[in-house]
Amino acid sequence: MIESLQSEVKQICKSCGNDRTKMMDIVRGVQEKFGQVSSEAMNLIAKSVNCHRVEVESVVSFYAFLSKKPKGKIVIRLCNDVIDKMAGLAPVADAFKKELGIDFGQTTPDGKITLEYTPCIGMCDQAPAALVNDEIITYLSSDKVRELVADLRKHYNPDKIIHRLGDGNNASELVHSCVHNGIRKKGRVIFSEYKEEAGLKNALAVSPVEVINEVKNARLRGRGGAGFPTGMKWQFTRAAEGTKKYILCNADEGEPGTFKDRVILTERADMLFEGMTIGGYAIGAETGILYLRAEYAYLRKLLEKVLKERRDKNLLGNNILGKKGFNFDITIQMGAGAYICGEETSLISSCEGLRGDPKTRPPFPAQKGYMGNPSAVNNVETLCCVARILEMGAGWFAEIGSKGSPSTKLLSVSGDCRLPGVYEFPFGIKVSDLLKEVGAEDAQAVLIGGPSGQIIGPNDYKRTICYDDLATGGAVVVFGPERDMVKIAAEYMDFFVEESCGYCTPCRVGNVLLKKYLDKILDGKGEPTDLDFLKSLGESIKITSRCGLGQTSPNPVLTTLKNFRSSYESKVKPATDGFQPTFDIKKALAEHESIAKRKSVIYTE
Amino acid sequence: MAKPKIATASLAGCFGCHMSILDIDERILKLIELVDFDKSPINDFKEFTGRCAIGLIEGGCANEDNVHVLRDFRKHCDILISVGDCAINGDIPALRNNIPLKECLEEAYLNGPSVYNPEKTIPNDKELPLCLDRVYPCHEVVKIDYFLPGCPANAEIIWQALVALLTNKPLELPYEMIKYD
Repeated sequence: MIESLQSEVKQICKSCGNDRTKMMDIVRGVQEKFGQVSSEAMNLIAKSVNCHRVEVESVVSFYAFLSKKPKGKIVIRLCNDVIDKMAGLAPVADAFKKELGIDFGQTTPDGKITLEYTPCIGMCDQAPAALVNDEIITYLSSDKVRELVADLRKHYNPDKIIHRLGDGNNASELVHSCVHNGIRKKGRVIFSEYKEEAGLKNALAVSPVEVINEVKNARLRGRGGAGFPTGMKWQFTRAAEGTKKYILCNADEGEPGTFKDRVILTERADMLFEGMTIGGYAIGAETGILYLRAEYAYLRKLLEKVLKERRDKNLLGNNILGKKGFNFDITIQMGAGAYICGEETSLISSCEGLRGDPKTRPPFPAQKGYMGNPSAVNNVETLCCVARILEMGAGWFAEIGSKGSPSTKLLSVSGDCRLPGVYEFPFGIKVSDLLKEVGAEDAQAVLIGGPSGQIIGPNDYKRTICYDDLATGGAVVVFGPERDMVKIAAEYMDFFVEESCGYCTPCRVGNVLLKKYLDKILDGKGEPTDLDFLKSLGESIKITSRCGLGQTSPNPVLTTLKNFRSSYESKVKPATDGFQPTFDIKKALAEHESIAKRKSVIYTE
Repeated sequence: MAKPKIATASLAGCFGCHMSILDIDERILKLIELVDFDKSPINDFKEFTGRCAIGLIEGGCANEDNVHVLRDFRKHCDILISVGDCAINGDIPALRNNIPLKECLEEAYLNGPSVYNPEKTIPNDKELPLCLDRVYPCHEVVKIDYFLPGCPANAEIIWQALVALLTNKPLELPYEMIKYD
């Protein structure tokens, strides 16, 4: 066994060129092969790639899909996002526990199946959902769990558990998945008919600077949520000093409630890669990296096939489409389960084979990004827009949508609505119109932009979705009249507590405190002063955190405090004695009472 | 009109913050003009004589007696202030929080390298207050109105805070005064 470990690990390292910057691929490879990255394996990796052992362990301990302790051959990861809870997660979770005879976080005694929770896997419109290794199972029910476990016990082969296929490319041989695209509305930019490679041809007919100008004229802004002007980003990257440049595509769609990139990757991979190639041409890059979240590993074979086809057609490779000197290719970097890697500097860290810690800015990635080289990091949807801008012209693109926010936006809608799925709307749509379209006229609250965005109530339904009003990376989650918004906020804080990378104190500690105070309020032990404390703590976290995670993580609390104040107020009451109702003296003394074998004489009852 | 009263207590602390109170030097005479001291180690009053305007708390809560004293202060004081890092965070005494209580007692009385205890007993007289499962910062036990950080909180900020409260004026704490690293 030890010998086989030795030779296998060496082999995996060798296949990655014994390159420590390929650490993610190495540890993923070892994890896949052995179900763990053991202490011995880490030593072997460190030796093979000539780095310190701690550099390996820091990566293994960071990502949710990697583990030092052994996991089963099959790992079932049940998504415990807020939406899954709303869709009936509890009976599904119980069924898993009962059928497997283990609790979450445990492995069956035969070492074959591990059961875990995982945050949003991008299947909110078909929740509850789970990952079985790389395979996705949607619309779970307790009956379905029983069938699934019985099925797995027969062959222990995740490939054989898919009996019903989804639509579009989900049904293709390479994807073979039960996932549904759920495209409810096709707009004019992403999901309409388009002339493949027309954009790339138009781009190569003009100079890179002209391409950037075209993107600028189209006033394209980043679709991931932050909304930075793409043309400007590319201009900075092009102008930055450095011979090697990179274009990175952020397909680490982890914001709970967002699943529009999943559909693009399934149905519009060519458009995405075309946009990336145009970006590479514009900024002067020879390499593009698609950072694909581990939860979407089931799409990898399809994406690899599309890349191969593009190479065969000379849409990637050397002298692309006859353009002398334009060499460009794209590789896929798999993630390993970390929300923070959707933050661009963390994503770069991860691509470099490090923990997904955010980097200090400045320097910005445009100056010093991947491996210290100028890099542009763009969202999946943004790059698709680029392909369309170059095909149809900046004027066409800018005409669609609202004045400050040109073109369309993909919205992934889920929660308490009749028609969850992906909608492509022109920017500037009113929330009330959107709610009518998705069948959620009675919505009590809407989360726009995921938990790092804002939770609004009916007073704000007349507002519009665009960069100047309600900005969003795509997530729209609807909450019906019966939901407790304080509880929802607390559940979103659970997510941020779990996903904080722990680097800076405001985020690591602050989010835990927010959660504690919310629990106190939900437990009926809150005081009116706690609400002021929540507000001031939330604001401190936002101001003092190092990266976008902590700068936005208090939003579920702050926006519900603002928009659903009465829900909080109905749960708190002033304390009369000034004692903290959360402090239980009998509980605090129980341990010593049992050790000392005597009872407290001060606190007798 | 009678002078307002202040009370002080040291719970699970090292009395360093009380030393800081004394560190206001000759201004303690000025303080006596402004206030009377009620229950406090400074005058050795063991019980409250009446209602107090301000209570200063040093140290966190490590045992049942700490909780008892702190609740007594909350009952008797209009304004309660956590003074110093032990009161605010638990601090050094809270280093035991990740170690089970039984192990802590055994290390302290049986296994520690410098322990001389031939009878191998852990003190367990009924007069000894029982320990809490962990050390709690004061604001987790009772409501605390203000926090003065520092290890110890330095004399200047204690003085400034008291004067501001007693004269009903806004408190100005320049950054240099509360910067400790």
